[in-house]
Amino acid sequence: MSRAALLVLADGRFPAGGHAHSGGAEAAVRAGHITDAASLEEFCRGRLHTSGAVAASLAAAAALGVDPGELDLAADARTPSPALRVAARRLGRQLVRAARATWPHRELDALAGRFPKGAHQPVVMGLTARAAGLGPLDAAYCSAYEGVSGPATAVVRLLSLDPFDATGVLARLAPDLDRVARDAVEAGRAAVTEGVDVLPARSAPLLEIGAEAHAAWAVRLFAS
Amino acid sequence: MDRVTTPAGARASARILARGDGRGGTALPVLEGEGPLAVRRTRGSGSEAHVMLVGAMSGPLGGDHFTVAAEAAEGARLRVGSAAATLALPGQDKAGARYDVRLTVGDDAELRWLPEQLISAYGSDLSVATRVDLAATGRLLLREEQVLGRSGEPPGRLSSRLTVRVAGRCVLDQELACGSGAPGGWDGPAGLAGHRAVGQLVVVRPELAAEPPRASAFAEGAAVLPLAGPAVLVTAVAPDGLRLRRLLEAGLATLG
Amino acid sequence: MHLGDHHNTPAVSADAHRPDGTRRALRIGLGGPVGSGKTATVAALCRALREELSLAVVTNDIYTREDAEFLLREAVLPPERISAVETGACPHTAIRDDISANLEAIEDLEEEVGPLDLVLVESGGDNLTATFSKGLVDAQIFVIDVAGGDDIPRKGGPGVSTADLLIVNKTDLAPYVGSDLARMAADAKAQRGELPVVLQSLRSEEGVRDVADWVRARIAAWTA
Repeated sequence: MSRAALLVLADGRFPAGGHAHSGGAEAAVRAGHITDAASLEEFCRGRLHTSGAVAASLAAAAALGVDPGELDLAADARTPSPALRVAARRLGRQLVRAARATWPHRELDALAGRFPKGAHQPVVMGLTARAAGLGPLDAAYCSAYEGVSGPATAVVRLLSLDPFDATGVLARLAPDLDRVARDAVEAGRAAVTEGVDVLPARSAPLLEIGAEAHAAWAVRLFAS
Repeated sequence: MDRVTTPAGARASARILARGDGRGGTALPVLEGEGPLAVRRTRGSGSEAHVMLVGAMSGPLGGDHFTVAAEAAEGARLRVGSAAATLALPGQDKAGARYDVRLTVGDDAELRWLPEQLISAYGSDLSVATRVDLAATGRLLLREEQVLGRSGEPPGRLSSRLTVRVAGRCVLDQELACGSGAPGGWDGPAGLAGHRAVGQLVVVRPELAAEPPRASAFAEGAAVLPLAGPAVLVTAVAPDGLRLRRLLEAGLATLG
Repeated sequence: MHLGDHHNTPAVSADAHRPDGTRRALRIGLGGPVGSGKTATVAALCRALREELSLAVVTNDIYTREDAEFLLREAVLPPERISAVETGACPHTAIRDDISANLEAIEDLEEEVGPLDLVLVESGGDNLTATFSKGLVDAQIFVIDVAGGDDIPRKGGPGVSTADLLIVNKTDLAPYVGSDLARMAADAKAQRGELPVVLQSLRSEEGVRDVADWVRARIAAWTA
């Protein structure tokens, strides 16, 4: 196993489509809920402990070898917003493409064949970690971090927020990220023996509602 | 039936079983409640039997564990409501309270589960778990409304999990944690953004699989969300319980 | 060209073949600054080529679907042959650094309305440094116009210097904006060596004819 593979996968420049998504930040900015670094931090913290924790646990479970089909259904049930299900599958399809070109692996080929229009992105993330020789904790970290770094980057563009402030937000979230990643692995291990129902299902109401409002806009900078 | 009090808090349960009576009506062969969970049959309408949960407002307190199980078996039409809001209160026991709701809907049966709001009073700590299992042709209308704190007070700790399965497949699994001690950011821009009422309506109808409604954020703080299955979730946040109810009703009305 | 189509779905973006072994469409990118006439050129190419080729268009709008909607309104192609990619405020990222969303749009078009001979990928209006990845397109056209300043060819930049075809558009406006066409052509020649340059006015009788001929030659070479 190469620890450096984690840097490749977690790099914001890894070409898997994330740059076009704001993780709900564009809707929250428009609603007047994100206006500065402090409100960005609250947004990210809330996202991290809800959809972020769910994504991290799905990724960890996939990295531990839980059936991707089961995990994909579990992800559907935990994503009531159709716009967010579409975004998750689109990003999953983009990630599987990048991952197969980067770390060729039969499990990724099988996943691409089974989900030609994309599996939920965190599930793909878990299998990508496997293909890259990484473990469930790495997969959980990548998913959890991506869930907050995406909005932070987007808000720099949307509000012309000082990029140093946005990076400071991410640094302050580090202890929460550690906890979410550890809990995700624990949940993933439980899913190996008890099934996917034991995975967390924490939701953030305004993320779901905002995603549908955003999907209906005629003019927007980000795809979600 | 008295409230059964143990050192660990009270345990109480209620059971409702509804069955098609074979003549187009609905029979209630089981209707049992104990202590704070009394159940009463009220006047029904048409083929639908109506049941009211009464007295639930006195609890649950810390350490209490309430369980309600309701089943609309094949051919039944059952509506369950509550006489008043449920108020989660702090108990002497440090442990949190639990409220488990287990709902079952058979083929060609319909359950309308429409309790009044749950109010999380300051200092309370309640976990609610609602699990619904429907057969392939079962129908459901379920409402959950949570109000964080009585008027002007900060909320207690409230966590809830709602799981809906249709023909064995999970179509909705949703947890909400809010109030003091909940993971950070619950009241931020991703979570409630200062709203003090949050609620869901779940609608399961077999025909929704083929003809799902269009997803829409039909009002500020509310959306109609077609799920991956024959089901729709109306989800809403509002400043208070009254406005929450209006949003949920408006969302339901869009489904026709 | 990598021909590793041993999997069910293509993993590598530049594969010249589709999963079923048939040759995929030629992909030509059109880039250039805002307002230089990319969309008008795409529309003119569609009108010129649609009778002889099976073609489709992918647009990359910055924050709207305006380019796609212009093409739909002009009815240059049936709507199912036009697809819009959302670029998250960074149009050059979507055509160069992270091309996955564009590749998926192209694959979906080939699957849904194919087989296709030609896919035109129009970038969102961006700056002079934006170029297409070789993983996304087989050839690229850079579109500038006389009204943008007649010193653009002299200044060079990756688009002007290296694009497979440079279009200097709106030549009919040259007298009104004081641009020196001869100087623009000479500067472009100096920057580009043997690479071709077309000076065009879509309002003239010839219109897009030279560019259409260039595209036909690329198609002939691609299918040879």
